[in-house]
Amino acid sequence: MASRATPDVNEAYIRYISSVSPKTKEKRSLFNAFLVGGFICVIGQFLRYMLMFLFNLEGDELAGTVSMILIFFGAFLTGLGVYDRIGKYAGGGSIVPITGFANSVVAPAMEFRSEGFIYGLAAKMFVIAGPIIVFGVISSVAVGIIYYVAGLL
Amino acid sequence: MGKHTAFFHNRPTIAATYSVAGKKEGDGPIGKVFDYVFEDEYFGEKTFEKAECKMLSTAINGGISSCGCGKSDIDAIVSGDLLNQIVSASFAARDYNIPYIGIYNACSTMSEGLAIAAALTDGGYMSRVAVATSSHFSTAERQYRYPLELGSVRPPQSQWTVTGAGCAIVSAGGKGPAITAATFGKVVDYGITDANNMGAAMAPAAMDTLITHFRETGRTPSYYDLIVTGDLGAFGSRVLKHITGENGYDISFNHVDCGEIIYNIDEDEYQGGSGAGCSAIVFNSYIYRKLKDREINRVLFLATGALLSTITTQQGESIPCISHAVAVENEAL
Repeated sequence: MASRATPDVNEAYIRYISSVSPKTKEKRSLFNAFLVGGFICVIGQFLRYMLMFLFNLEGDELAGTVSMILIFFGAFLTGLGVYDRIGKYAGGGSIVPITGFANSVVAPAMEFRSEGFIYGLAAKMFVIAGPIIVFGVISSVAVGIIYYVAGLL
Repeated sequence: MGKHTAFFHNRPTIAATYSVAGKKEGDGPIGKVFDYVFEDEYFGEKTFEKAECKMLSTAINGGISSCGCGKSDIDAIVSGDLLNQIVSASFAARDYNIPYIGIYNACSTMSEGLAIAAALTDGGYMSRVAVATSSHFSTAERQYRYPLELGSVRPPQSQWTVTGAGCAIVSAGGKGPAITAATFGKVVDYGITDANNMGAAMAPAAMDTLITHFRETGRTPSYYDLIVTGDLGAFGSRVLKHITGENGYDISFNHVDCGEIIYNIDEDEYQGGSGAGCSAIVFNSYIYRKLKDREINRVLFLATGALLSTITTQQGESIPCISHAVAVENEAL
C-alpha cells in the first residue's frame, strides 16, 4: 500500500479536519479590529486638528505631517516591543493604518540586523512591505489612467 | 523482525538524559523537571542562532556528565534541529572531537535519533552514543513565519515552537530503561496544506507508525503504560485518538502528547508546543524520570515531524509528515 492516501481518503480526512478545526472568532476579531483601528484614526484626526490650530498647517503639508508623526510612533512602539502586542489583539485594526506599515518595515529591519546592515537590515527591510508598495504603485497608475480617460470624455 | 520494526535484543539502555529549556517552558506545568532553565532568550549570546547552538551543547555536556563519563567515552553524536542545513547541531558538534551523525526529520528527530543510536549500540558497533535535538522559538519564527515584532495574529489552530534542547546517552548494556524496539515511519501525506495546522497534518503519520508497530509486534495499546507523541498539540492529539480509534486501536486511555502538556495556555500558544526541542525536553526529563522511578515501565515514544519548508508551502504543496517510534522499557523486577 502506498503511504500517500488515495484521493477519496484525502478528501474525507480534509473534510473531517475542517469540520473539527478550531475556528477564529470572527465577530470578536472584527470588533477588536474596529475598536483599535478606529482609535488610531481618532488619534490621527486629533493630531490633524492640533496641527491645524497650533501651527496653521493645511493641505498637503498638514496631511504629510500627520502621517509622519503616526509613522514615527508606529516605528517607535515596534522598537519598544509594544506594537506586536497591540497587533495580537487588534489584528487588521493595527495592520491597515499607516502605523501598521511602519511596523511592517521596522520589524524585519530589527530581526535581520544580525546579518549585517546591507544584506541583513537594508535588504530585508521591505520583505513584508514590498508587496504593499508594488500593488500600491500599480493601483495608483491604474487610477491615474482612469482619471485621464474620464477627463477626456 | 517486522518489515518496519527492529527488535533490539541486547538491551541498549538510556543511561542518562539532560534537558535545557527556556523561561516560558520553565514556567509551564512540567517546568520544574527540566535540568536547566535559562531566563534570557539569547542565553548570553549575540544571536538567537548562537543561543540555540549553545543550548544544544549545554544539553550534550549535561548528558555526558550526568552519565558519569567524559567526552572521550562518547563514540558518536547523533543530532539534528529545525534550522536550514541543521546548523545548530553541526555547529554544536564542531566543539567536540567526536564523530557526528547529523540527522533531520523535523520534529521527529529525537525518536529517529534514539532508534539510530539503539541500532548502533545494540549491534555492538559503538558503546555510547549521545542523541540530542533542539529548537528555539525565535530562530524558528524567523525561518518559518514572520519577524518577532510584526503585529500579526496567530490562528487558533497554531502551536508555539519550544525553546529547548534535550540529550539522551544511549549505552550498550548497563542499567536503566532500555530501547527494546523501533518502528521506522513512512512519509505520510493526507493532503493538509495549512502550515498552521501541524497537528492535523501529522496525526495520520503518527497513526500509520502506531498501527504498523502494533501489527508487527503483536502488541496492543494496553501493552504500554504510556504512548507519548511529540508535538501534535491538543487538537492533533484529539484527531489522532479519533482516527486510530476508527482503525480499531483505542489509545485514549494512555496517550499523552509532549506539546499538549508543556505550556500553560495563557497567551497565544493555542494548541501547545511544537518543534524538535519539544519532545526532546519532555521525554528526556518528565517521561525518563517516570521510567527511572518505575512509576511507569513501558513507554512507546513516537515524535512526529512535518517535512515542509517555507518554499513548498508558498508553492501550495501539501505537508508530508513522518513519525518514528521507539519502545522504551524497564527490565522486569
